[in-house]
Amino acid sequence: MLTQFSIWALLDSLAEGAKWTVALSLIAFVCGGIAGLVVLFARVSGKRALTVLSKAYIEVFQGTPLLMQLFIIFFGLSMLGVDVSAWLAAAVGLTLFTSAYLAEIWRGCVEAVPKGQWEASASLALNYREQMRHVVLPQALRIAIAPTVGFLVQVVKSTAVASIIGFTELTKTGSMLANATFQPFLIFGLVAIAYFLLCYPLSLYARHLETKYHAAR
Amino acid sequence: MAYQFDFLAVFDYGDMLLKGAAFTLAMTAVGAVVGTAIGIAGGMCRAWKLHPLDWLFGAYVELIRNTPFLVQLLFIFFGLPSLGVQISEWQASFLAVVVNLGAYTTEIIRAGIQATPRGQIEAAQSLAMGRLQIFFHVVLRPALQKVWPALSSQIVIVMLGSAVCSQIAAEDLTFAANFIQSRNFRAFETYLVVTAMYFAMAWMVRYALNVFGRRVIVARKPQTRGA
Repeated sequence: MLTQFSIWALLDSLAEGAKWTVALSLIAFVCGGIAGLVVLFARVSGKRALTVLSKAYIEVFQGTPLLMQLFIIFFGLSMLGVDVSAWLAAAVGLTLFTSAYLAEIWRGCVEAVPKGQWEASASLALNYREQMRHVVLPQALRIAIAPTVGFLVQVVKSTAVASIIGFTELTKTGSMLANATFQPFLIFGLVAIAYFLLCYPLSLYARHLETKYHAAR
Repeated sequence: MAYQFDFLAVFDYGDMLLKGAAFTLAMTAVGAVVGTAIGIAGGMCRAWKLHPLDWLFGAYVELIRNTPFLVQLLFIFFGLPSLGVQISEWQASFLAVVVNLGAYTTEIIRAGIQATPRGQIEAAQSLAMGRLQIFFHVVLRPALQKVWPALSSQIVIVMLGSAVCSQIAAEDLTFAANFIQSRNFRAFETYLVVTAMYFAMAWMVRYALNVFGRRVIVARKPQTRGA
């Protein structure tokens, strides 16, 4: 059955897909942020085992394609007898992927805090946790805001890969519409514009934050 | 019943895996060379504000950096033919990689060029260096030296991202994986092996770029001229 799609019907479907892209991005970002914090603390703990482990975690997720990670979760979990939906696999995969990148970004921010700050707080008899809580993290947080917002753009773009394991978000919706309408140029053009509308404000905001915090220092 | 792993079922298809890996590496190599060339041209236009090229490159950079690679690939492969441009799977993949990487390198190299103080160019001029000499020795080379780590990691990121090219049936490493697991029904083992291959390739590419950077970009023999 071939029906004529009006441009409004197309936009409506794409908006529905975009909703899922936003939902998946938020889940990946929030859960990935929490997991990323855990990895970060392991990474900067100074304990050998934790450092090695967290380093390996980051290297594996940054050194392999996201698509492969999704495939392994998708097929690996179902092999263990867990029935995974594309939705769950995408959420788990993107969370792990995001956590590795955020941990690495934040590690850079923690290490950017001058060594003198550690020494000064140590000389004030603060222990490791107090140093982190009151001296290092507040300063690292300030440095971390701009790159973190910038990474959110990467997260939104990464969710497109979830379309390949069958999660119906913006890109998948676009593929289906392109098949149904035989207008791939128009459809994928619209999909690209939709992603641009989601990502560009974030990019601009990240750049704004960067100049703001950079100037303040 | 515990699952019996069978990795031999994957290695039976060893030559397919190698062919796929070669395709992915070729795509990365072409992307790295052409993408960096685009980046040098674009970075110059952007850094020196050559109107209207800087504006054009600016739009290109923002457009590419704010859309997913997969969508760019689908647009090129499915969208361009409707404009009458026939393009094969591998051509679309190579083109997408080049276009994508070019945008990132433009931005990276622009930062490198802008980091060169104006005074150095003036100093070079006062030493009677020619325009081309100044460009190569005072602008480009120091710029590349500064941004080489960023450039290298972007190339690796693009290589890993190119796994989605399998979606338009370009015969890269992921395509090989999909084919193999459809034959041997060993999805988990197949993807695990291929993931390990990607990991090794990422490491290799990073290592090669490191060596290239040290030998060619950074190091230079003292250039003495006959007085």
